[in-house]
Amino acid sequence: MLVRFWGTRGSIPVAMTSAEVKRKLVTALVAAAGRGLDTPGKARAFVEQELDFSVSHTFGGNSSCVQIETGGPDYVLCDLGSGARVFGNNVLATGGPSGHRFHVFMSHLHWDHIMGFPFFMPAYLPGNHVRIYGCHDTLEEAFRRQNAAPSFPVDFSRMNAQIEFIRLEPERDYDLAGLRVRAKRQHHGGDSYGYRLEYDGKVVVYSTDSEHKQDDPEEVKAFVEFFREADLVIFDAQYSLADAVSVKEDWGHSSNVVGVEMCQLARAQRLCLYHHEPIFDDERIATLLAETRRLEEITRGDHRVEVQAAYDGLEITL
Amino acid sequence: MELVSKRFADTAVLFPQGRIDHATAEQFKAALAPYLATAAGRDPVVIDMTGVEYISSVGLRVLMLASKQAKAQGCALAVCGLQAVVREIFEISRFNLVLQVFPSLREALAALSTEALAAFGAA
Repeated sequence: MLVRFWGTRGSIPVAMTSAEVKRKLVTALVAAAGRGLDTPGKARAFVEQELDFSVSHTFGGNSSCVQIETGGPDYVLCDLGSGARVFGNNVLATGGPSGHRFHVFMSHLHWDHIMGFPFFMPAYLPGNHVRIYGCHDTLEEAFRRQNAAPSFPVDFSRMNAQIEFIRLEPERDYDLAGLRVRAKRQHHGGDSYGYRLEYDGKVVVYSTDSEHKQDDPEEVKAFVEFFREADLVIFDAQYSLADAVSVKEDWGHSSNVVGVEMCQLARAQRLCLYHHEPIFDDERIATLLAETRRLEEITRGDHRVEVQAAYDGLEITL
Repeated sequence: MELVSKRFADTAVLFPQGRIDHATAEQFKAALAPYLATAAGRDPVVIDMTGVEYISSVGLRVLMLASKQAKAQGCALAVCGLQAVVREIFEISRFNLVLQVFPSLREALAALSTEALAAFGAA
């Protein structure tokens, strides 16, 4: 199983500013001084091996979209944020214009999670098949509405792929696209749903836009079971814990601290920080990652949780 | 969780012990409640964490609720004496930015009440 991240930013897509690009260049050039990087190969090796990730890369700015690859013929996605535009273009570039089938599991219907669909080119091309699964009764309405005037110039009816909307019930197992799939309701404005996706003995939990009320033992227990021994937990860590329990309480997001605790309790293998705060630049997310790894280390019992931060383009093989 | 307390002049100082986690946070909350209830007279409250070896998110939330209640009642609440691990947890969770945190009880009392500091010095 391979998990590929096409969009990892929370709430709204963002782009790196020219000031940030300049800052990275200055840092890299100073670090490279006197290193004799006079060939592309030497320069590339330096960039890849010696520069910090936040200098040599970016965490990216597309909103939520994650691909689950099982080796089967169909494409499987979680959410259709702006990252879906890049994914769709990649499918067309590598696989041709038609004959594709997509299965999409929707966490919820807030704008940042559906906004990629009007730009999802495979949906406009006949011969493709898009199956969109979700637990909200407004699933189809939300997609049709964002493609309608005055919000968008191309109406949903002009999408020529076969598009289906399939309602799922939470807390029930389904066999879809070769995966065992189970949804769970989460605290978020208008509700969101996490997905536990199992394939060939591997488990991915996609849990974004989810606020965890840690003072409710039954809820903690239920989520620990949902995360139980997952190989990968993709976790909404948009806020600091202090913000999440004070000024941003009931805003529907969680923190790195709760992510570590839940994965420790569930004995999950890997925690991937996701739905990054849009005001955070690359350095800030890198710091968040370093702090989260440190937290995992100083609070570790007999089980180690590997901590990563998602970025647009990240691939995790399970 | 039993909470040992001491009083220095107008200030109540509480001394939680051990781990404050999912198993003990409710006890911690219940143990704090009487002191916050009597803090309505605007007496400061200091939670000396010297004996706390670990605090989880749910324990931190108890502190946040206590801080909110204290603020609503017009009294000051501070924590002090964080062990190294707990101090790191405060920093990573950003609780060091939203609660009054002092290195030692003496420094907490110095910031909150000159009478309490004098009483602590005389003790």
